[in-house]
Amino acid sequence: MAEYQNIFTRVQVHSPAYPGVSLGRDNVNRVGGTWHSYWAGKIGDAQIGPIYLGATGILSLFCGFIAIEIIGLNMWASVNWDPVEFVRQLPWLALEPPPPKYGLSIPPLHDGGWWLMAGFFLTASILLWWWRTFQRSRALGMGTHLAWAFAGAIWLYLVLGFIRPLLMGSWSEAVPFGIFPHLDWTAAFSIRYGNLFYNPFHMLSIAFLYGSTLLFAMHGATVLAVSRFGGDREIDQIVDRGTASERAALFWRWTMGFNATMESIHRWAWWFAVLTVVTGGIGILLTGTVVDNWYLWAVKHGVAPAYPAVDAMPVTDPMMTGAGQ
Amino acid sequence: MNNSGNSGTPRTLAALATLAILFVAGCERPPVDTVQRGYRGTGMVALYNPRTLGEQVQANMPPEAQAPVPAGGPKASDVYQNVEVLGDLSVAEFARLMVAITSWVAPEQGCNYCHAPDNFASDDVYTKRVARVMLAMTQRANADWQAHVGPTGVTCYTCHRGQPVPSYVWATDPGQPHARGLASAGQNIASDTVAGASLPYDPLTPFLEQDYDIRVVSGTALPAGSRKSIKQTEWTYALMMHMSDSLGVNCTHCHNTRAFSSWEQSPPSRVKAWHAIRQVREMNSSYIAPLADQLPESRKGPLGDPLKVGCNTCHQGAYKPLYGARMLEAYPSLAKLSGAAKDMRPKSD
Repeated sequence: MAEYQNIFTRVQVHSPAYPGVSLGRDNVNRVGGTWHSYWAGKIGDAQIGPIYLGATGILSLFCGFIAIEIIGLNMWASVNWDPVEFVRQLPWLALEPPPPKYGLSIPPLHDGGWWLMAGFFLTASILLWWWRTFQRSRALGMGTHLAWAFAGAIWLYLVLGFIRPLLMGSWSEAVPFGIFPHLDWTAAFSIRYGNLFYNPFHMLSIAFLYGSTLLFAMHGATVLAVSRFGGDREIDQIVDRGTASERAALFWRWTMGFNATMESIHRWAWWFAVLTVVTGGIGILLTGTVVDNWYLWAVKHGVAPAYPAVDAMPVTDPMMTGAGQ
Repeated sequence: MNNSGNSGTPRTLAALATLAILFVAGCERPPVDTVQRGYRGTGMVALYNPRTLGEQVQANMPPEAQAPVPAGGPKASDVYQNVEVLGDLSVAEFARLMVAITSWVAPEQGCNYCHAPDNFASDDVYTKRVARVMLAMTQRANADWQAHVGPTGVTCYTCHRGQPVPSYVWATDPGQPHARGLASAGQNIASDTVAGASLPYDPLTPFLEQDYDIRVVSGTALPAGSRKSIKQTEWTYALMMHMSDSLGVNCTHCHNTRAFSSWEQSPPSRVKAWHAIRQVREMNSSYIAPLADQLPESRKGPLGDPLKVGCNTCHQGAYKPLYGARMLEAYPSLAKLSGAAKDMRPKSD
């Protein structure tokens, strides 16, 4: 019984290596052979490989490698090729987009041109990888849900780094490549446009993001909790409920009056995850193009409440009152 | 159950513990107290850690004032030569102030740090010429920048704290060396100036010496032609990091963070800070920058500009320098412009 109560994987299946269904002449694209890992078996399938690379996979890795190389070498150059400083400062280093003066023109390589080139190769890599997920789904006779969910994330990426800068007429509006720098950029973006928390699409995105984690926890916990009754065979149970599904459904009906089904819970999860990035992308796209100050927009539309002034003498802008020296 | 992996468990645990320690190395040990400073529910709170605040208060205690001297007696300018700023003081008060200044600025070096030993009236030592400008700057601060310094005012000690060069000064930062031919973005290096952020590492030159526009937030809900960029916002953000770090306060000391630009919702401290920025600009551009020819290389930055004043020069981590100790009261001669200090007052006024 204790076996069922453990939240970690307790069952490790070691089966003979299996490369997957025959793909005819495309079999050559499956590379890397197969091997088994005890530790991989702790968190998933113990069999590693083979990987299906194909033309899109190889091109995607190649473009991704070039992008990472451009970003990394620019970071290293920014500390004068000092290897110690490169490691020490890595979280602070970045490849910045061009300064605003270049607008949408092609800047010189040393002043943002590398950023544009890294962005091109990274985008090419991501789009090729997307095409690969689409193709592999088709090859296995699956639906293309994964590819379209991935496309949602690509939408947000493209809005941040390409579509919005195009609409704003300046590459400088895009995000730098760097660990802390992209976070500082995010905070500065919110400050410039009067607080992104008042952007309704940002609100939706947060709701879907947090909702996703909640749904993930609810579903994972539910299935683990009924796995002793065979609840892990959840796809069968879409049409053939059995005691595991019935108990899970009863649990939620008893606790909150409503329950998802073994099918609908997966649609809930897919849409919450996808809507996180779709609404987020819309929110970013409207910022600076359609709305310039989200706080003032929220005041105008009755979203942001007014609070009583705490001080008897409200503060006024010294530049307006001429109080300055 | 396969037990082959268990021999590695202690090592794995040790590695995990090390990682965990590294992960929280940048965090501050509790407790953290909050003090409400605005309408309830708006997050307008001051954060402080009683443990670190205790150390801070100890490190920011003012020295004892020099014993008062009887009023009256001959004027300093009648007895000594070449007393340009403080000539109207009585000889006794003048000597008292000189003793105080020595203890504030050059306690180890003594009088000879500024004066030629054989002729105290001589201007040969550069520090004496600089000290005259610094006296004028101090008087200007106390007389004309009340909106920032208030009745508390400043003395030499506010910045110097017993050292010829204050602990916290700055000069234009050329950044770290980078590969030739690569344009520097002026950011993305760990910098103490901006409290360890990757923001522009020298926001002080454009904002605390020059008068570049700090305001970046749009004043209208819908676009109305503002071309303020995100990069420009990062420069303003960098200045704010310097201010916040210098004063040991969070954003809400001066702003309601739901609308950074709104004055109506800001605490009064923001008005003080607004005047402070203009005052520091004046100190740097009208008093310190003109000293460039007088100063030796050791008092200049890597680009040859004099060491200048920032927010931390006086504040040193306290929201009020020396936690508001009123040192100036004991030295009224520093509270008003006198002698040559009147001529050194910036013309634009």
